[in-house]
Amino acid sequence: MPTIHLTKHLRRVAPERPVTVEGDTLGAALDAYFAVAPAARPYVLDDQGRLRRHVAVFVDGELLTDKTNLALHVGARSEIYVMQALSGG
Amino acid sequence: MAAELFIGTRKGLFKFERIAGTWQQTYVAFLGEPVTAFLVDPRSGHWYAALSHGHFGAKLHRSTNRGAIWEELVMPAFPKTGAEDAPSVNQIWALEAGGADRPGTIWAGTLPAALFRNDDHGVAPWQLVEGLWNLPERKLWFGGGTDDPALHSVCVDPRNSDRIVIAISCGGVWRSEDAGRSWACRSKGLFAEYMPPERREDPNIQDVHRLVQCRDRPDHFWCQHHNGVFHSTSDLAHWEYDGPRFGFGVAVHPGDPAKAWFVPAIKDELRVPKDGHLVASRTQDGGTSFEELSKGLPPGPSYDLVLRHALDIDQAGDTLAFGSTTGNLFVSEDQGDSWRAVTHHLPPIYVVRFAAPR
Repeated sequence: MPTIHLTKHLRRVAPERPVTVEGDTLGAALDAYFAVAPAARPYVLDDQGRLRRHVAVFVDGELLTDKTNLALHVGARSEIYVMQALSGG
Repeated sequence: MAAELFIGTRKGLFKFERIAGTWQQTYVAFLGEPVTAFLVDPRSGHWYAALSHGHFGAKLHRSTNRGAIWEELVMPAFPKTGAEDAPSVNQIWALEAGGADRPGTIWAGTLPAALFRNDDHGVAPWQLVEGLWNLPERKLWFGGGTDDPALHSVCVDPRNSDRIVIAISCGGVWRSEDAGRSWACRSKGLFAEYMPPERREDPNIQDVHRLVQCRDRPDHFWCQHHNGVFHSTSDLAHWEYDGPRFGFGVAVHPGDPAKAWFVPAIKDELRVPKDGHLVASRTQDGGTSFEELSKGLPPGPSYDLVLRHALDIDQAGDTLAFGSTTGNLFVSEDQGDSWRAVTHHLPPIYVVRFAAPR
């Protein structure tokens, strides 16, 4: 079962610790995560259910370059990190 | 209750109160978060704050106990369509109460330009105002300074809360007489000198920076346009041009529609005060003449820009306030004759708003 780590910037709306969820695609794993932490969903996905443009997702260390690819296969031991792109000021 | 002045900034919400003759900071919330719109609902007393988390999207919060506790509300959102280019709300840029006879109604203007309605104090899901969103003319609107057009001004007619006027940058002025079901463009007389000749008077592309309506004489409107200042004394049948004064904010006296205030800047490529000298400007004769108001403002050089929601007047019509992108906050208690710096040290200021006394 994949494990999802959310950036600490979202601690107000998400569990402090990583959550291990069901799902063999990125989209299914995120859905399972948001079932546990529903308040985090609109911070990561937009009105249309797409990954927000400036949210960065790493699956097993690889940056998700196609943000629409929620069908990406994730393994039973995958580590998924949801972060924000860097910004200044 | 003391007068209250709310300041939404790039890094939080601040409240100032007039205590013993001076304006003092008495409250901070959302420190570190950009506050893009703010409303004290004059009917319920609830506070609403729209935030822009950047990476994590726009959010809306409400406090029913004067800021002691905030709760996150459901955001206005576009219906899911599955289309690749379907819209998503990037920012709330206008929050207004829906009139005394509709105590639960709140209107929200967004980026991309759309109007949303909530009849439950923001608690139930928001409704997209489809009559506006489905206008064929919407395809002609375009962004001014942002990728998408933005709905930044919502005026609810105090005589009839079915009559809503909105303004879009760049998409002109529109009015509904039936609470949002149908809309008519009310841009006649506005013009954009900088556009190709055949499009200058196109009502659908006018870059209105800010629109305000006179509370006691609601047939009267003022508009700070990219191209200058305009006013309407004809319930929006026509706009009159008052000259090429660039700026973003405008305030109208609540009781006297001939009095309006602005904070001018050099247009387009500079967007700083002329000659490095920050002034406010005022007309007291309906736009025939304008005077520069600088008493108490810094002698310069200064490079303050005042954004479209960062100039306001209180309900009595004597006290004005404006805040700048440089984090300076100024107040006048004599209709602009003289100004006083309240602080020079706020984050860049987006929103300045007096709360109506309760």
